[in-house]
Amino acid sequence: MTENRRQMTDKAGTVKTESPINKSVNGMNASDIILEVRDLRVRYGHIEAVQGISFEVRTGEIVALVGANGAGKSSTLRAISGVLPFSGEILFEGQPIHRLGSAAIVARGIAQVPEGRGIFGNLTVQENLKLATWNRRDRRAVKDDLRHVFDLFPRLAERRQQLGGTLSGGEQQMLAIARALMTRAKLLLLDEPSMGLAPMLVREIFRILQDINQAGTSLLLVEQNALMALKVASHGYVLETGHIVMHGTGRELADHPRVKEAYLG
Amino acid sequence: MAYLFQQILNALQLGSIYALIALGYTMVYGIMTMINFAHGDIFMVGAFLCFVAATVLGLPFIPALLLSMTGCALLGVVIERLAYKPLRNAPRVSAVITALGVGLVLEHLTLVFSPYPRHVPALWSSATWHVGGVTLSSLQALIIVLSVLLMVLLDWLVRRTMLGLAIRAISWDRTVAAIMGVPVDAVISLTFAIGAALGGAAGFLYALAYPVIDPYMGVIVGWKAFIAAVVGGIGNVRGAMLGGFILGAVEIMVAAFLPSTYRDLIAFALLFTLLILKPYGLLGQPRPQKV
Ligand SMILES: Nc1ncnc2c1ncn2[C@@H]1O[C@H](COP(=O)(O)OP(=O)(O)OP(=O)(O)O)[C@@H](O)[C@H]1O
Ligand SMILES: [Mg+2]
Repeated sequence: MTENRRQMTDKAGTVKTESPINKSVNGMNASDIILEVRDLRVRYGHIEAVQGISFEVRTGEIVALVGANGAGKSSTLRAISGVLPFSGEILFEGQPIHRLGSAAIVARGIAQVPEGRGIFGNLTVQENLKLATWNRRDRRAVKDDLRHVFDLFPRLAERRQQLGGTLSGGEQQMLAIARALMTRAKLLLLDEPSMGLAPMLVREIFRILQDINQAGTSLLLVEQNALMALKVASHGYVLETGHIVMHGTGRELADHPRVKEAYLG
Repeated sequence: MAYLFQQILNALQLGSIYALIALGYTMVYGIMTMINFAHGDIFMVGAFLCFVAATVLGLPFIPALLLSMTGCALLGVVIERLAYKPLRNAPRVSAVITALGVGLVLEHLTLVFSPYPRHVPALWSSATWHVGGVTLSSLQALIIVLSVLLMVLLDWLVRRTMLGLAIRAISWDRTVAAIMGVPVDAVISLTFAIGAALGGAAGFLYALAYPVIDPYMGVIVGWKAFIAAVVGGIGNVRGAMLGGFILGAVEIMVAAFLPSTYRDLIAFALLFTLLILKPYGLLGQPRPQKV
């Protein structure tokens, strides 16, 4: 690993800093990229909602995908999770996953917190969490993880026998994140985790997301709340009507006049 | 008094068969919001498999029952894969029409094999007991016990196992279930298999209890069981059981105490009144709002 890193730095000569697409940045090699999306296109009938986008998430990183309503953010995440037909390539840990079904994709280590939370209203909190372990055989570790997410979200612990449909919006969002964690994913796709939450709860959710990331999970974060997302992200992409129009570090984008004008009010 | 007890036993026997069939409707409806109108004919196939097992194959009771159940389970999966899966995102009415068509196909295929009604020989050397003027045959006891056993098993499966969890999750939101890693297609097929196996068991028991069978026997019984599922609250497993037993009881009691020509008329008038009072069925609930 160290050898490899040195070699690549030598070959590149100088280390480039600004382009996150350049694979030799900071001597990173391809295996440091957990998710790579190449020329992704999603169509609904004759409308092309995602028109050939490419981006990547490096291992251990938080990447923000921001953009206005209808830009194609959710479509992108649904395509990655394998529940939407698309063209293009998606590589996870260097392996193509675009021919796998959604269940196999989860088994590989990609989980999603879907738009609108997607809580099963007819299942209890505990059942919602258990369902996400469908692909796991390590029953004992599942018990540990259950304890772990209840530590992370004490409000869920108090309500473990309550039906998902009767939780408040904030509690549902916590459950959606906890549920994704139960899959033991290496990469979490989060579709607007702050939607409809009070500012204080938004901050709490973001703090928890950063903790999850610190513990080693990579995050691809879709947000309307662009400033907040870009602040915690190491890299960001701006999506407009199915195209990526800008990318850079989170800070660069957050400070960019055009982003400020369009998304930060 | 003895007469009443006798009728209660008869009602339990008929009701348990309706309940088994109603479960198939309710499970498929629960997971797909689709009414599998071919289900009555799957029940009929179960009865004919019993006939084949008893005559051509000469099987004893348990293997014959398993033949009816697995045969119907396979049939259910094949029907789902060939006829319903391609229509999953089509308008509901297309699936309903297709289901009616599949039912007709099953009836006519059976008609080729058996143009006349058949008599099913006894698979079970039934003993009868007389207790204070009430007659209980061991066959009757077996039908009731076996049905209840299957229902308890199913209830456990739906409430307590990972598969049951997946079934309930898919019935709420199929896409999110897929996103959470549930192999949705496999679970839907399994649900069809289980529903059809219960229908097959019902056909088997029915053929033993009322041993003259014909290819159209599933039509009326199927409709009745469907109504039982609706009365219980379609989509609800315990509701289907309850609805089945209620329908059995109403039919038997009406025939026992009122002029039997009015049996179906009075029975269904009662059931429809129940539905007016409880539009979602006895145990059905309007789906809570998705937040
Ligand atoms: N099932 C569908 N059928 C037809 N068009 C769709 C469908 N889903 C999404 N679209 C269209 O595709 C485009 C992208 O939608 P998408 O949900 O990906 O946007 P988004 O960036 O997530 O927006 P938002 O921020 O509002 O959630 C929109 O124009 C939308 O109308
Ligand atoms: Mg969206």
